[in-house]
Amino acid sequence: MSEKKMVSLTIDGKPVSVPEGTLVIEAARALGIKIPHYCYHRGLGNPGNCRICACEFEGAPKPIQMSCRTIAAEGMKVRTSSPNARRYQASSLEFHLENHPLDCPVCDQSGECKLQDYYMQYGLYGSEVREDKLHKGKRIPIGPHVMLDQERCILCTRCTRFTDNVTKTHELGIFGRGHQERVELAPGRSLDNAYSGNVVDICPVGALTDRDFRFRVRVWYLDETESICPGCARGCSIDVHTNTKRPWHNEGRRVARLKPRENPEVNGFWICDEGRYGYKNLDERRLGRVMRLKPRPEDLSWSSALDEVARGIKEASAAKGTEGLVVVASGMLSNEDWSSFKELFVKTLKIGRFLFGPEPDQIGAEDDFLRRKEKVPNLRGGLDLGFGKEIKSLSWDDLAKSIESGKTWGLYVVERDPAKVWGSERAKALLDKLDFMAFQSPFKGEAGEWARYRLPATAYVEEEGHFTNFEGKVQKYGKALEPLGSARPDWQIFDDLRARFLSEEGSSGRREKAGALA
Amino acid sequence: MAMTVREVSRPARSFMEQIFLWEVCVGLMVTFRHFFVNLARHALRALGLKVEPGAVTIQYPEDPAVLGKRARTRHRLLKRADGSPRCTSCLLCETICPAKCIHITPEESPDPRIEKRAKTFDIDIGLCIFCGYCVEACPVDAIHMDANKVELSSYTREDMIWTMPELMDDVPKLPRALRPAPGIGPTVPFVSGSH
Repeated sequence: MSEKKMVSLTIDGKPVSVPEGTLVIEAARALGIKIPHYCYHRGLGNPGNCRICACEFEGAPKPIQMSCRTIAAEGMKVRTSSPNARRYQASSLEFHLENHPLDCPVCDQSGECKLQDYYMQYGLYGSEVREDKLHKGKRIPIGPHVMLDQERCILCTRCTRFTDNVTKTHELGIFGRGHQERVELAPGRSLDNAYSGNVVDICPVGALTDRDFRFRVRVWYLDETESICPGCARGCSIDVHTNTKRPWHNEGRRVARLKPRENPEVNGFWICDEGRYGYKNLDERRLGRVMRLKPRPEDLSWSSALDEVARGIKEASAAKGTEGLVVVASGMLSNEDWSSFKELFVKTLKIGRFLFGPEPDQIGAEDDFLRRKEKVPNLRGGLDLGFGKEIKSLSWDDLAKSIESGKTWGLYVVERDPAKVWGSERAKALLDKLDFMAFQSPFKGEAGEWARYRLPATAYVEEEGHFTNFEGKVQKYGKALEPLGSARPDWQIFDDLRARFLSEEGSSGRREKAGALA
Repeated sequence: MAMTVREVSRPARSFMEQIFLWEVCVGLMVTFRHFFVNLARHALRALGLKVEPGAVTIQYPEDPAVLGKRARTRHRLLKRADGSPRCTSCLLCETICPAKCIHITPEESPDPRIEKRAKTFDIDIGLCIFCGYCVEACPVDAIHMDANKVELSSYTREDMIWTMPELMDDVPKLPRALRPAPGIGPTVPFVSGSH
């Protein structure tokens, strides 16, 4: 890259030098100057059909040029907001709005619509159009996730270019001529590819809206938190949009939608539909209370529950040996969780039998674009700590056999549901044979009903942490929401439990910890 | 820092202040001034002279309250010609409301010409500060504050919540205990913690 020639140009009086071949609109972006644009998208190219990115190029034979179609050249002088450029931008906008319906109050895009934004910034003209607006198709469901409104469309062709160039499935096209031009499905097709939700994000207006998000919340009620998609091992960057200020919206769910966040190293601008709509269970079937379920259900405080779990493990290990305890973990753990997990179970308790890794219930569809078959985000984080290398995983069949033979007396399950693998009846029969079972998870899960202790953990949106994706890239996700009920992060549960083992073995674990902090 | 005590001397009361009689007379003078001024105004107007009208005592609640022409009173939801609510559920009134007393849940409309409509539209009159911003914000003129009703008290907080049929005067506002059928009451509970 270093041998690439640099060119220097001036934009709005500010000098900038960019690699040869850079578009003027990108050079302006490097300076922090925003030029309005609809059709241009860094992931989809620059057809130059929306005409709103016009700038004035001093000394050019035709001074008004499209900044998304012009490549930066040495000595170029660009003015993005000269009176001439402004007039051109406002006129382009007037053309876009000629047949655009005044749907803003009922349009889901309202609040994040580029037509609204640019009208306030660059338009602000009185309408000269006296003719009636042209009517086209409204609320046409074009796929399982996307709703089309042809009237609102400004024909920027971003969506058709997405289906042509990115997914290469060619579902959408521009049909008709002149004023009758409209976006439509190719005959007999439906927009049902695995990445169809992205056309909603790239649509600069409200022509393509999300059927899932339709009328749920107005976008100005939402809060955004940067996060990582936990849907598969790819670890796409996402924004979690949450609705907490007005809880009566969105059917009481706190997470309203997930949006892709630009990350050229992992997912570019896109995410798959599986990840996008995978947030729905986040507020459903959640564990909120710390409980002892056997012999009869009873609420416990965190400290007494952890005391009892520690005592249970200690007493049973003394009588039957630690080999009888199997720990089931999952790739839902963050790097922080994996590290505390290893400290507790490997270093302190010296347990040798683990079960982790993607089992049939966590394997799904894969393709050569973004989706990976391991449907958990952080197996790699465990692998980097030795889970899968020197520490081998049992299989569910091995575990079932060893429970049947009585070799295994205890199970500590973290964020997994054995009932999903074994089936309800078999799981119940097997788990009833155990002397000890702790179930630590954000979600209820069928097997949680048969555990002795049930410990509520936080879901990934309720705690910040890091996931390592399958390529080994460590990425941070943020805390978007407060934990539900008395849920605690997994690492904190492991650390608190470990302190209980250290302090009694006389190794002054608590003091060691305190000393480490001093 | 050492504690210090500062003596504050109170102004001593004079004899006239101590007997209160003078102040009673001052108060009565104000009352009698109003009495005679109003008496004179009523008398002169009765004789046909154009002076300022005298004050009138209204026997509220026996007589109805007199409201100004532009008084903001209880909300009213307006209807289209076919009787369906005008509200398109754009949530602008809910957004602008400084008291957060409006709760709307939108839904898809079966009418193909209407994109969106309100499934529920609840106003907690107990929270409302009668600022009238909702009327200003409404792009389709669906909400007015001209029901000319000011007697809005109730025995419970739940009964302060007015639902869509009640705001359209389709059903009378009755206390919860007297409501004819379930399903008319507020559908989504108001969360007091969010206010």
